[in-house]
Amino acid sequence: MNAIVAEGLVKIYGKGKAQVRAVDGVDLAVAQGTVLGLLGPNGAGKTTTVRMLATLLRPDSGRASVGGHDVVRDAQAVRSIIGLSGQYAAVDENLTGRENLVLFARLYRLGAADARRRADTLLEQFGLTDAADRVVKTYSGGMRRRLDLASALIGTPRILFMDEPTTGLDPRSRLGMWDVIRGLVKEGTTLLLTTQYLEEADELADRIAVVDHGRIIARGTADELKKQVGGERIEVVVDQRDAIDHAVAILRRDADGEPTVDRHTRRITSPVNGGAQRLIQVVRDFDEAGIKIDDIALRRPTLDDVFLALTGHAAVEKPAGEEAA
Amino acid sequence: MTQALGDTLLIAGRNLRRVPRIPELAIFAILQSIMFVLLFAFVFGGAIPLPDGGSYREFLMPGIFAQNIAFASVITAIGMTDDLNKGILDRFRSLPMARSAVIAGRTVSDLVYNAGILVVLMASGFVVDWRVHTGIGEFLAGVGLLLLFAFAMAWIGVWLGLNVPTVEVGQQVSFLVVFPITFLSNAFVPPQTLPPLLRTFAEWNPVSALTAATRQLWGNPNPFAAPGFPAEHPIELTIIWTAVLILIFAPLAIRKYQSISR
Ligand SMILES: Nc1ncnc2c1ncn2[C@@H]1O[C@H](COP(=O)(O)OP(=O)(O)O)[C@@H](O)[C@H]1O
Ligand SMILES: [Mg+2]
Repeated sequence: MNAIVAEGLVKIYGKGKAQVRAVDGVDLAVAQGTVLGLLGPNGAGKTTTVRMLATLLRPDSGRASVGGHDVVRDAQAVRSIIGLSGQYAAVDENLTGRENLVLFARLYRLGAADARRRADTLLEQFGLTDAADRVVKTYSGGMRRRLDLASALIGTPRILFMDEPTTGLDPRSRLGMWDVIRGLVKEGTTLLLTTQYLEEADELADRIAVVDHGRIIARGTADELKKQVGGERIEVVVDQRDAIDHAVAILRRDADGEPTVDRHTRRITSPVNGGAQRLIQVVRDFDEAGIKIDDIALRRPTLDDVFLALTGHAAVEKPAGEEAA
Repeated sequence: MTQALGDTLLIAGRNLRRVPRIPELAIFAILQSIMFVLLFAFVFGGAIPLPDGGSYREFLMPGIFAQNIAFASVITAIGMTDDLNKGILDRFRSLPMARSAVIAGRTVSDLVYNAGILVVLMASGFVVDWRVHTGIGEFLAGVGLLLLFAFAMAWIGVWLGLNVPTVEVGQQVSFLVVFPITFLSNAFVPPQTLPPLLRTFAEWNPVSALTAATRQLWGNPNPFAAPGFPAEHPIELTIIWTAVLILIFAPLAIRKYQSISR
């Protein structure tokens, strides 16, 4: 069963010439208990899509249902089964971490005692117990994001939306967040996650939808997407220019396609199936033939390659950013 | 219905909890009013004779109360814009709570906040010899009118707060509205001293009505320029104004709040 379904979702901002088709006919289907990564650069329409699915924004056309409830007609039912962690931490800076969680829990219809217990559990789970009674103003960026995610989990939602959960986090906080997300998924939560980071989608998502200019331009598992740009390659740099022809002959025999040669850098690249085992074979044969090599590697295409191949432009700059004090 | 009420109180409680966490806001509001009291009571007061005699300071204090109540809409607007821009409204809107509670809670918390400010101001009025010369019933009726008007102003604040892009713009816009209605009124000077056109405005102005109503209820000097409805029925005029403002701005605010999702 699909936990999230969207058909032909459209959202248009502005009027006339200034009109932006932020989301331009998006179809999605996320099976229960799986993770969909919505991958795209800044301005692709990820946030707008998530806001429509989370009932914060009304689609201009198309329809969507979450947990079987229509996001427009049955919005309140959707709200009672989802959690949303937006792109920016939506917590009250002037309340403490605990006060935030208790408030959201009460608004989620928990009684006073249950709300306090739920808050304690989440504070513990997200490593915020020590900071629980400090106002959020004093939290670091990573702590705010964790509190925001904890807020999204107040009602133990079956379906969770996370909009760029690690954007702006330092590498350590990012890895911590990945662990938290993996934990949630293990418990069976259906997750729709947006990201600008290819490795993040690769790491966390079962299936990926690549979005650009409000449209889905590719979808599949990370492996399927990688296949679209070709499979693995062996890359060899030989020591002597004279050895190139002999090396190419060996690769023709051992690998699975026509090698390409860059004589200037003495680099030979050849498609290969079978991974590491074939790499060992190649190394052995080179050794037997007395060909010295400077470098040899098995290269797998990254999702960066996928994005470049699909759109003709690179996705984004690499993750960076300092954690706020 | 009980859910809406419960959620409203939760939101109001949250708003009030924030007040001591941002003490600057309340402290400056109070300091500013005390400055007004001192300025008018000791500096300008001597130059403003009341037509029928009486103590200027007793004349002044009801005006100061009304002015503060009017300015309170600025606080409401700031709170609303801040919640909108910081994404807190999104959080609330993604919860299965009563939707009306977010703005209703804001008007309730600001009512309590205003009542608190009023206590401080009345204490400072007492220090400069302002007194209520009637009974406890009239005193409470005057306070009731002030809070009723505060409730109307809170709805204006909510509507405004949802319509401006930033807290700063909201602050500017609300001052643009609130300054004329508080200063072109009978709050600080007897309306007789104003030129005719402004005098008419000052007579019908809701802040004047509120000021005159509390002066009348508390037996403080209450000079008016000419006989007529505003002079003879300030209490009724205040209630009419309050009703009109709520009837206009509550639906506008609610509609705006609902349309955030469009
Ligand atoms: N409130 C808005 N008004 C006008 N344009 C908007 C608004 N929100 C987003 N957009 C535009 O819609 C497009 C998609 O934005 P968004 O969904 O935020 O993308 P992403 O989250 O992938 O970065 C962008 O071109 C953005 O400028
Ligand atoms: Mg975004």
